[in-house]
Amino acid sequence: MADLSRRHFIAGAAAVAATASAGLPAVHAQKRGGTMRFVPHADLKVLDPIWTTAYITRNHCYLIYDTLFGTDQNLQIKPQMVDKWSSANKGMKWSFTLRDGLKWHDGQPVVAEDAVESIKRWSKRDPLGKLLAAHTARIAAQDKKTFTLELAQPFGLVLEALGKPSSNVPFVMPARIAATPDSEQIKETIGSGPFRFVKDEWQPGNQVVYVRNPDYVPRNDAPSGSTGGKKVNLDRVVWKYIPDPATAAAALEAGEVDWYEQPSIDIAARLEGNKDIMVAIQDPRGTQGWIRPNHLQPPFNNKKARQALLYMVDQEKYLQAALGQPKYYRTCPAVFTCGGPFETGAGAVKQDVNKAKQLLKDSGYDGKPVVVLDPTDIPLTHGAALVSRELMTQVGFNVDLQAMDWSTVVARRAKKDPPAQGGWNVLFTWWIASDVINPAVHAGISGAGSSAWFGWPENGRIEELKIQWARATDKAAQKQIAEEIQKVALDEVMYVPFGQWVSPTAFRKSMQGFLQFPAPVFWSVSIA
Amino acid sequence: MIGQIGRRLMATIPVMGVVAIAVFALLHITPGDPAVIIAGDYATSDDIARIRAKLGLNEPFVTQVGIWLGRIVRGDLGTSIFSGLPVSTLIRQRTEATIGLTLFAMLISVGVGVPLGVLAAWKKASLVDRLVMLFAVSGFSMPVFWLGFLLVYVFAISMHWLPVQGYRPLADGVWPFLRHLILPAVTLSVVYMALIARMTRASMLGVLSEDFIRTAFAKGLAPRRVLIHHALKNASLPVVTIIGIGFALLIGGAVVTESVFALPGLGRLTVDAIIRRDYPVIQGVILVVSGVYVLINLVVDVLYVVLDPRIRY
Repeated sequence: MADLSRRHFIAGAAAVAATASAGLPAVHAQKRGGTMRFVPHADLKVLDPIWTTAYITRNHCYLIYDTLFGTDQNLQIKPQMVDKWSSANKGMKWSFTLRDGLKWHDGQPVVAEDAVESIKRWSKRDPLGKLLAAHTARIAAQDKKTFTLELAQPFGLVLEALGKPSSNVPFVMPARIAATPDSEQIKETIGSGPFRFVKDEWQPGNQVVYVRNPDYVPRNDAPSGSTGGKKVNLDRVVWKYIPDPATAAAALEAGEVDWYEQPSIDIAARLEGNKDIMVAIQDPRGTQGWIRPNHLQPPFNNKKARQALLYMVDQEKYLQAALGQPKYYRTCPAVFTCGGPFETGAGAVKQDVNKAKQLLKDSGYDGKPVVVLDPTDIPLTHGAALVSRELMTQVGFNVDLQAMDWSTVVARRAKKDPPAQGGWNVLFTWWIASDVINPAVHAGISGAGSSAWFGWPENGRIEELKIQWARATDKAAQKQIAEEIQKVALDEVMYVPFGQWVSPTAFRKSMQGFLQFPAPVFWSVSIA
Repeated sequence: MIGQIGRRLMATIPVMGVVAIAVFALLHITPGDPAVIIAGDYATSDDIARIRAKLGLNEPFVTQVGIWLGRIVRGDLGTSIFSGLPVSTLIRQRTEATIGLTLFAMLISVGVGVPLGVLAAWKKASLVDRLVMLFAVSGFSMPVFWLGFLLVYVFAISMHWLPVQGYRPLADGVWPFLRHLILPAVTLSVVYMALIARMTRASMLGVLSEDFIRTAFAKGLAPRRVLIHHALKNASLPVVTIIGIGFALLIGGAVVTESVFALPGLGRLTVDAIIRRDYPVIQGVILVVSGVYVLINLVVDVLYVVLDPRIRY
């Protein structure tokens, strides 16, 4: 079944890749002008890409801001706002020169100081940014177009950090705006990207409007991921938030909207039957599901109880319950995702319920209720929670499945108290592949204790390995260290992956120039 | 009468004060923390504590209430924690759609419900009466989301007569405005139509058995005149009450209808804010809506006096 899932998964992704690339040659011949009506996966509430990690804010920012470097479809880092760059002294000193003609939406020129201040603000919040800052001795503008970065210690991820594709993305904003403390939201939305945000027409809960930036100077190369020539064909992009999935699908079928970002899998199956609609995969690298135990509280402060969770899991069962259609999912034991550069099976185990029972017994579990948070408003995690209850009960846990909405989970998961006092034992979540694709960005393998992601595992060995990985400058060494990290992460059961899946996106066939990327992008796109 | 209205308006001030404090207290004892939601996935405990401090959530409850009430008195409903937009702007953005939908839905409800109720009472125990009552029971029983999707399927997807979703402001023209409101208004009005028809029928039956109605018929007045000028006017008090309640409920938000038709109304604004624990928005909307409730009650009371001069407050 795993092979079948894998084949379907890859076939689906490949088919869409073919669709996407088939659309590319037409980019230059595409119709200019028009309005794209797009239904986003969530309502845009926050405009500051550093203040929040919400994907909807990241997607919004890809329209209006630009980045120094970007990540292409093959995960290669390529220059975007940067024209030339160099490194000297064995990668300890870097110099970056901005492209000509870059302008902010208020008409002012983009200068090197803007990039420096933007990197500084980003590196206060983002984990990879913090790692870069910890290795940096000095970052400063040399003139209007050039800035330098001097490292205090070797760091092999300078370009990967500056070209990071997902939240938090190091978007570049004017220095005076980037000077806003990271604990406050920025007050102005001025970027240098291909679209301008029309703040007066922004209605949270209803619509967001963007217009083409006539001053934007695209690169000359072909667009790929967040890199290349961001040539804009559309005059206007309107994000129309439609909370009800059936209404959004009906609006797409009726031609009232052009693109529905994230239809559920059952709705996508229906849309596939409509001759005017194309169902594709937005991000072929997909999403990874997690079962996260709370390492601070019994029984999961005991490694054996956590290992009982690991041995209990049959990913196929979870994916079937959470997603249903095998062509969209695959089983995957790899912590750094299947299909990613650090994919490995090291340390993976197969389901063994008897072993899980024995491990739980050996852990000295006293039968106290184990609080499992079940966000019933998210079908995916709700499905995972129901499967977990069944398996955990089978293994011998006394499960207290607590139903709640996602917002309550988000508040509850931050509580370190014992479960009886408002804390928790197990939660479920998901991350897109770009956010877990290597040890520097993966929140789930942090062993930093109280400052680690919710669940707070403490593990010095993994922290040490992460530093080694970040300092490694050749790919073979990085791969070897990543493999070691995975072994430790699975042995310690920092979390349990419950599979990987891709999400469908649907658009009318009158739309051309669709590009695959974790965020929906609107350059290259046109409406026939 | 004017003095009475003035006194009633003055009485709304303490009512609003109690509502404000109750809303504030209820919100702060419900689970959920906006600071945690804002802080995001990578936040440490320190980050969350910093955001809580910035939002003033660490202040004692009484201080927080005091600060908020002080702002309210100055006419400042505050700013959304998430979007950074003033709450008054967010409410203003949603008011037109909500009022448009409410008026349209009530117009249909009254326009259809009252005549049906009068007809059912006039033709008591006949087939017409039974059909009207069957419609009324069906109207109560049909879930709004089901009816909404059914209407969308028939009139938007199959016949392409009306849009599936969305809203166009009145400034875009009367027809685009109405076109986007027809399906949601019809969906919403069915329940109220049924309620008004039943209430009108019950009230009319009581009035039609009164002596003055018999006298009116005996005088040779036309049945239409008796029904409308004599019976309906006297039977209208409970109907006016129901219409008032309906207005108030719809202004407060028809969340399901707004979601099904993607209408940017106050109901969705409130629910979105509750989901995110955006305290200033929830407090602001509830305060405004409770003010509207109070005013609608006042209008209903004034209408009582207009419809029945015997009533004195």
